[in-house]
Amino acid sequence: MRIHVTSVFVDDQARALEFYTAKLGFRMKRDIPVGDHRWLTVVSPEQPDGVELLLEPDDHPAVGPYRDAIVADGIPAVSFQVDDLKREHDRLTGLGVRFTQEPMDAGPVRMAILDDTCGNLVQLVELKAA
Amino acid sequence: MDEKLNLVFKALAHTERRRILTSLRLRPNQSLFEICVSATSGDGAGLTRQTVSQHLSTLERAGLLEIAWVGRTKTHAVRLEPLRRAIDFLGDTYLDEEAS
Repeated sequence: MRIHVTSVFVDDQARALEFYTAKLGFRMKRDIPVGDHRWLTVVSPEQPDGVELLLEPDDHPAVGPYRDAIVADGIPAVSFQVDDLKREHDRLTGLGVRFTQEPMDAGPVRMAILDDTCGNLVQLVELKAA
Repeated sequence: MDEKLNLVFKALAHTERRRILTSLRLRPNQSLFEICVSATSGDGAGLTRQTVSQHLSTLERAGLLEIAWVGRTKTHAVRLEPLRRAIDFLGDTYLDEEAS
């Protein structure tokens, strides 16, 4: 058994694709029409055959209350690993991405949190050298 | 006045709540998530979110927290006014030389 796809709920798939590719730097992997929406996934260019991230429509009525509650408490919906958090933070800030939590030490990792502009908080994590 | 003082003293009467205040002094405007992360990485004590949330409620009831919303996220900072009032009260009531 393998994890092949995980998902974030997004309020607009086209805008989400733009953010996750043009800003974060992922690549679109699949774009398949499904009814009113799309089966829309992105992957990391560092791992094109790795886990896909599904940009999932948020129109189920349970998504709103769920997302409001976790965003209110500052809890990220998804977490991505980076090699150099400071470099990514500087790069993304330069692209106009808004961080809700600046880089901070958290035990064995350094982490920061940004707003994906599609309804979610996204965590970036750098593993400290052992 | 008494009830307010009770809330402040009660809020301060717990190591973890004082630790949260210290963390918020060092790094204001933290979300619940961030406070939990700080609490865990500080000494590895690993508090649950529910526990931290309860501590924050106690601090907030005592007026010791400044709440702000950054986007859709609730953030916390320290509000020192009730602490100053409590210290003034102790000073005036028990440490005033002229009254003794």
